[in-house]
Amino acid sequence: MTALLELSGVEAWYGRAKILHGVGFSVGHGEVVALMGRNGAGKSTTMKTVMGLVPEPQGSIRFEGKEIAGREPFQIARLGIGYVPEDRRVFSELTVMDNLEVGRQPPRDSAPHWTPERLFDLFPNLGRMRDRPGGAMSGGEQQMLTIARTLMGNPRLLLLDEPSEGLAPVIIEAMAETIRVLKGEGLSVLLSEQNLHFAGSIADRAVIIEKGLIRFDDTMAALKADEAARSQYLAV
Amino acid sequence: MLDLVLTQTLNGLASASSLFLVACGLSIIFGVTRIVNFAHGSLYMLGGYLAFTLVTWLGPADPLGFWGGVVLAVLLTGLAGVLIEVLILRRIYQAPELFQLLATFGVVLMLQDIALATWGPEDKLGPRAPGFRSFVILFDNRFPSYELFLIAVGPVVLGLIWLLFHRTRWGVLIRAATQDREMVSALGVNQRLLFTSVFAFGAALAGLGGALQLPREAINLHMDLSMIAEAFVVVVVGGLGSVTGAYLAAVLIGVLHAFGILILPKITLVLVFLVMAAVLIVRPHGLLGKASVEPRGHAGQLFLLRPADRAAKLFGAVALGLLALAPLVVPDHVILTLTDLVIFAVFAASLHLLMGPGGITSFGHAAYFGLGAYGAALAVKWLGSPMEEALMLAPLMAGIAGAIFGWFCVRLSGVYLAMLTLAFAQIAWATAFQWVDLTGGDNGILGVWPSAWAVPKTVFYYLALAIAVLVIVALRVIIFAPFGYALRAGRDSPLRAEAIGLDVGRLQWAAFTIAAVAAGIAGGLFAFSKGSVFPTYMAIPRSVDALLMVLLGGVQTVAGPVVGAFAYMGLNEQLAKMTAYWRFGLGLSIVLLVVLFPRGLVGTWLYWRARRESAAQATAVA
Repeated sequence: MTALLELSGVEAWYGRAKILHGVGFSVGHGEVVALMGRNGAGKSTTMKTVMGLVPEPQGSIRFEGKEIAGREPFQIARLGIGYVPEDRRVFSELTVMDNLEVGRQPPRDSAPHWTPERLFDLFPNLGRMRDRPGGAMSGGEQQMLTIARTLMGNPRLLLLDEPSEGLAPVIIEAMAETIRVLKGEGLSVLLSEQNLHFAGSIADRAVIIEKGLIRFDDTMAALKADEAARSQYLAV
Repeated sequence: MLDLVLTQTLNGLASASSLFLVACGLSIIFGVTRIVNFAHGSLYMLGGYLAFTLVTWLGPADPLGFWGGVVLAVLLTGLAGVLIEVLILRRIYQAPELFQLLATFGVVLMLQDIALATWGPEDKLGPRAPGFRSFVILFDNRFPSYELFLIAVGPVVLGLIWLLFHRTRWGVLIRAATQDREMVSALGVNQRLLFTSVFAFGAALAGLGGALQLPREAINLHMDLSMIAEAFVVVVVGGLGSVTGAYLAAVLIGVLHAFGILILPKITLVLVFLVMAAVLIVRPHGLLGKASVEPRGHAGQLFLLRPADRAAKLFGAVALGLLALAPLVVPDHVILTLTDLVIFAVFAASLHLLMGPGGITSFGHAAYFGLGAYGAALAVKWLGSPMEEALMLAPLMAGIAGAIFGWFCVRLSGVYLAMLTLAFAQIAWATAFQWVDLTGGDNGILGVWPSAWAVPKTVFYYLALAIAVLVIVALRVIIFAPFGYALRAGRDSPLRAEAIGLDVGRLQWAAFTIAAVAAGIAGGLFAFSKGSVFPTYMAIPRSVDALLMVLLGGVQTVAGPVVGAFAYMGLNEQLAKMTAYWRFGLGLSIVLLVVLFPRGLVGTWLYWRARRESAAQATAVA
């Protein structure tokens, strides 16, 4: 069976600076993969490149067997990839309900179908502040809102860019639980993380990126056992 | 007295409605697409002309004919907006904002000639609106009922837009895209469709503004630029992207106009300027605006401004040598043209200081050129100054204006700043145009001749050339002096520049003033070269001339604008000789240039060279 998402030889630039030098890895159906590495290693760029947000990438990105490299972000989203950016980017002037409305897409057979009511079951906090503008929410609430907003597009694969960044430990724990629920619903997740403890608690597999190249690709258990890899690629 | 105040207030409110319709369309389009649509005034004009034709055709006396014609005109203007978006703007969303502005200005030029060819040069007087032909007695004053209808249109449209933006998915998407369009597209929304629909909507609003003017005043070919300048003022005062702000500002400006005509008929626009200044001092982003306009890259930012290499210096020396020798071989009329070209090279170089190292886009640089010209001409006319003295006063006048206007401008950035510079230039233009006693108004000031020794064309040419070389060399020295580097630091990263102790606002203010002085020198020379000055020296097209010269040559080099000035003015002259519809030709050239080379001529070349180099490096490493 082919992987849900498969990257091979992906190169990407920001202006004249080359960030990705030939990235290749895959995410299987129903799998949670942690893309790990230090600051500036290329985690966010990988996410953005998959989403079509980095112009003119080279190499191949396949989703459900279809080549998506070079397609526009909205087309990629409509194929079933949901992107939750690192800096959250909630629409601060829009209410919670309107934020969800922006993400709404028609249901698809192959993925769980989300409605605002179902999302409020998953994120009870959001249900209590439907008319609050995004700008008037706490960081944790905003993080929940961005995930909920992305789920409104009924994705098969969720790209979570640094979901634990800047959140309080309690919220991080809730985030981990949410990701487990989503996995239970059948979603695949690719998350970028620096926090090994958090990633270790939810991911099936770990992929380590450094200087725009993949250096490690194995199960989470293997990474936990491999002290050399951890200190070489992850230790600060 | 009281009833006078009342009637003028009502007059002001009535004229505010059309202003609001145009400004709010402009604002909404900018919010989503980040394009300042210079052609928005042209769409307003188009709405007026289309309404004239359709209403006349469908029967102006019949309510269905009149209002049907208005509705059709609005829809057709919206359609024109779709055409502009699909054919032109869609291809240049990634281009630097300045290029986008220029492309829409190209559309302004094209629409002007299309309107001229279709409707002719005469003003078109429309019929009165069926159902609103009578007067209403208000406080013992007869007040046209159509004016009351117009007063109601503003708030009604404002309310409808609010509902549209808060109660429909389309409106929610528009508001979301205004904040973060990339995120909206990553959530699966087709930006193209959204942008096209927004543009059509904004164009239709402008068309409505124009069509509703039909029973009120004659439709003419000057509606476009006068409206766009006012709409810019409204948008700057109201706050970019805020519909309610646009309404408040339109009412403020409209009422101000109405009273200004009563109190200070000659300098109404100066009054508008003072109010705008007051608002911007208190709220730099307008009444209801927010500072969150995302920063955008400039055309030349990726590339360093380097001193010329030896080949370029040699080329420059040869070119200068040829210019110096030219009078020996070419006939008199060519010397006149060369004089103009040399003067425009100074003008372009002065703008380059702002646009290149300064990173400041000025859409009203002609103000300083024109003020220089007027400074010289006024000195000759009112002070009886000889040429030498007048040429000193020219940069003084331009410099003072530059220091005053610049003080406001450098408080803003990006498109906001560009709009403000344009508004200032319009005010300078309007002052020259309206203050007939001092400036002669439209007739200009004649008899601005050089001193006896400089009357021969060749002598004046050498004088202009000498001054031009001095000014351009001085500008170059400034650019490569510590001041120039500090200016570039402020352009590339204002925050970091401030953090190392540079007062970025001050640096930009100084650059603005210096550029104004240099433009004033060019203007003074131009006045004596032509022997006369006219308000058109400060009009919008002249400012765009300067931008085109700089962009054609490229902001990346100091020599660029000088080369650009020669290339552009040469092209302009040829076009004007070839066809009466030279505006259309020029507009089309601008649009094509921007669409085909969205990074500019020099920028495109540098980009490909850089891409090739890094590819070569990559292969070498592998």
